[in-house]
Amino acid sequence: MKVAVIVFPGSNCDRDMYHAAGEIAGAEASLVWYTDTHLLDDADGILIPGGFSYGDYLRSGSMASTSDIMNKIREHAEKGKPVLGICNGFQILTEAGLLPGALMRNKNLSFMCHQEELIVEDNENVFTALYDKNEVVRFPIAHGEGNYFCDEATLNDLKANNQIVFTYKNNPNGSVADIAGIRNKAGNVLGMMPHPERAVEALLGSEDGLRIFQSMIANWRSSNAVNA
Amino acid sequence: MQLTHNINPEKIEQDRLYQDMGLSDEEFEKIKMILGRLPNFTETGIFSVMWSEHCSYKTSKPLLRKFPTEGPNVLQGPGEGAGVIDIGDGQAVVFKVESHNHPSAVEPYQGAATGVGGIIRDVFSMGARPIALMNSLRFGPLTTNRTKYLFSEVVAGIAGYGNCVGVPTVGGEVQFDDSYEDNPLVNAMCVGLINHDDVQKGIAAGIGNTILYAGPPTGRDGIHGATFASDDLAEDSNKDRPAVQVGDPFMEKLIIEACLEVIHSDALVGMQDMGAAGLTSSASEMASKAGTGLEMNLDLVPQREQNMTAYEMMLSESQERMLLCVKAGREQEIIDIFEKYGLQSVPVGKVIEEKVFRIKHHEEVVADIPVDSLADAAPVYHMPSKEAAYYQAFQQIDVKTPTVDNHGETLKQLLQQPTIASKEWVYDQYDSMVQTNTVVTPGSDAAVVRIKGTDKALAITTDCNSRYIYLDPEEGGKIAVAEAARNIICSGAKPLGLTDGLNFGNPTNPEIFWQMEKSVEGMSAACEALQTPVISGNVSLYNQSKGKSIYPTPVVGMVGLHESTAHITPSFFQEPGDIIYLIGETRNEFGGSELQFIQDGKYEGKAPHLDLKIEAERQEKLLSLIQQGKVQSAHDLAEGGLGVALAESLFSDEALGAEVTISGDATAELFSETQSRFLITVKPENQGALEEIFTEAAKLGKVTADRQLNITANNEKILQEEAAELKALWKGAIPCLLKSKA
Repeated sequence: MKVAVIVFPGSNCDRDMYHAAGEIAGAEASLVWYTDTHLLDDADGILIPGGFSYGDYLRSGSMASTSDIMNKIREHAEKGKPVLGICNGFQILTEAGLLPGALMRNKNLSFMCHQEELIVEDNENVFTALYDKNEVVRFPIAHGEGNYFCDEATLNDLKANNQIVFTYKNNPNGSVADIAGIRNKAGNVLGMMPHPERAVEALLGSEDGLRIFQSMIANWRSSNAVNA
Repeated sequence: MQLTHNINPEKIEQDRLYQDMGLSDEEFEKIKMILGRLPNFTETGIFSVMWSEHCSYKTSKPLLRKFPTEGPNVLQGPGEGAGVIDIGDGQAVVFKVESHNHPSAVEPYQGAATGVGGIIRDVFSMGARPIALMNSLRFGPLTTNRTKYLFSEVVAGIAGYGNCVGVPTVGGEVQFDDSYEDNPLVNAMCVGLINHDDVQKGIAAGIGNTILYAGPPTGRDGIHGATFASDDLAEDSNKDRPAVQVGDPFMEKLIIEACLEVIHSDALVGMQDMGAAGLTSSASEMASKAGTGLEMNLDLVPQREQNMTAYEMMLSESQERMLLCVKAGREQEIIDIFEKYGLQSVPVGKVIEEKVFRIKHHEEVVADIPVDSLADAAPVYHMPSKEAAYYQAFQQIDVKTPTVDNHGETLKQLLQQPTIASKEWVYDQYDSMVQTNTVVTPGSDAAVVRIKGTDKALAITTDCNSRYIYLDPEEGGKIAVAEAARNIICSGAKPLGLTDGLNFGNPTNPEIFWQMEKSVEGMSAACEALQTPVISGNVSLYNQSKGKSIYPTPVVGMVGLHESTAHITPSFFQEPGDIIYLIGETRNEFGGSELQFIQDGKYEGKAPHLDLKIEAERQEKLLSLIQQGKVQSAHDLAEGGLGVALAESLFSDEALGAEVTISGDATAELFSETQSRFLITVKPENQGALEEIFTEAAKLGKVTADRQLNITANNEKILQEEAAELKALWKGAIPCLLKSKA
């Protein structure tokens, strides 16, 4: 499976994502600079990493969401290819309208970085198929603007369609309904604030994030086997 | 100060305008001799920043020469952007600490942020990828609104910059004492990783080669920052806010990536960041190091503001700028790389044979200075030194063991002292994990980052107990180095070397200079004994305000190497049944201790004694025991002594407790701050191995599963506390102080 890790000016988890998806999970990963749109043509999956794209000087993710490469990513998403946005990547996906809602400043107004326990609320999508429903996992968080917000109608919609994928066991940032990650209705676009790419090796304290990448690869293998 | 270049040279001399820029009468005379004429306004400014303490180390140089700087693995000692030490497999570690004290005192967020930015540039300008940040902070007591503001904003500034730029802040230390009330200390350290082949030097070599300016345009910010940093903090320091630079971590991130791409081009000759004294220091130092001259046209320098004078451009400390020397004719290759990242890079000058630093502006030569006179001919002062009056008085005081009725209550008090209490409020704001290498996160003796692609890891710590150094600069200086090495050893690594961040008061005061002299001597002795050469450093003087000097604070930033990640050892207790040992005898040493401060409200008497031979032996033995895989946890005893160390050992795994028996005077055993001691746990089957190596080891008891700390002394239970309660007090102390009204 070929996965493209998008590098915007100011992305800073790009190499971590490359390491996790490529060197640890075994996908054929490449780093793609945001102007090299053509390099996405043969990508089987898109990973949008964390960081501070364009310094997050306007709103987190807003500048990156209007770049040309997002059109290509939108096309990929519409074709059903997996698109995973983590942290700043999640913020970019909401700004681009690929996922509903918005990420506001943490309720205590401070950046926070530590391990959090998450509950897997949905495993019927490309990214969490290898987790058990209601399983508790440990991922690091590292964000200043991870307070997920959406209106009530949207929240009801998210719930009705099982689009809430991860919730916090102990909500650290004030997110609506303890939301840590959501997906689109089709289940091929996932955005989440916690960092699975930082939880793929026991040496660093948790391997719980590895199955996100493995799920994605397994899904690609099985669908490709069918196509072949 | 008037910022104009229209003031003629005669007026500068007559009205002694050079004094406003920090030059003395003698220094001005020396400049006249060097030039053979009067300097103009721009030249006077250039000399003043290059000869400031910050850039020239004119008063500290004689002391810095005492440090051992060589070792079998040192690839680059002091003199370049940062020091470099070999770690095998063609790789090396690059590191340096730098202070940003004065800026942080007047504008804490930007002062701290740009301190981080500056030290990162020092590391990547060597060609290294920055992989970890540390810091060492000092504030007054958390009781005034001003101190709370300084503390909160400094932490936010470090977080704001480091998090955005994508370098993990993996640890540090914070100490609170009265002496830092008006003059907080902000020292930042950066560690980088490099392949030997990629090591760069800041040189402008090759006659005719091009000088390329890269990064954002030059503005009027930070003018005379280096001079500002080389004077006492005045009460009206707020007027100096324009001398504080403003940081842009997003820009820095782009510059890092571009520069790390540029180093792989053989069109690059040399590279240096524009740090203190901006364009002036980077350009003149690059030429001086290469034995060349340099000609620069300021009309070509990108400018952010209109009508900037030569003086302003040469002295601006606008951030995130780099100066490169590029092979003539191949400029475009380098410019293209910067362009990819949306960065401007323009030729502004060239390398010339004549060893002068020649600056042109509007078709006029505005500075023409022999290049070596700026970097090498700076005056060196041998300041008078006089033993501090208080020192002899302290040596005469016989510090008695304090009276403690309730050891449990005293332990709780100690755990809530801000210097001992949990710093989670601080480090939770730092991204400590980006780059996915952080094995041991903040809150342990040393932070540990693994090196991808190998089985090795690096241990990093910053240390300096300035109370001991105040009481006894020489003994305290030894302790600072020894404690840093102890922290590295406890994590399972071998110390490689250190960087020093020397923070002192006004060196023209002979008693302050004596503190500097003695602490450097103590540190040097410890460096020799523990084989940790000094490979880089920084000096910050004039840290005094309203006539009150800070405690002498020579911060030690140390890096160690884990030969295998299997050697990484936690500082916390691991499993019920593990046997607890104390290595090292305890004496009644309470001078400079936390308990002394709690009881008497001051520090006095003798600092704890340190025997470097014993220290070195114990460190070596402990490391060998760890490398044999026999140690479950290792923690050094520091502030608050054994009592605090035992409690801290229970703060990671909430399911654990400890059953401990001590003999002798319980108060001294629990709270004395005797040096060279370690708290170690081993599995029961490894007791023999431990006792064989450490014949002096005292078996204290064992790790339990009852979630209590129980201490028995002389057949009497003197302490019984719930670990969870101790942890809650320790963890809540700083947030509680920040919330309480001043």
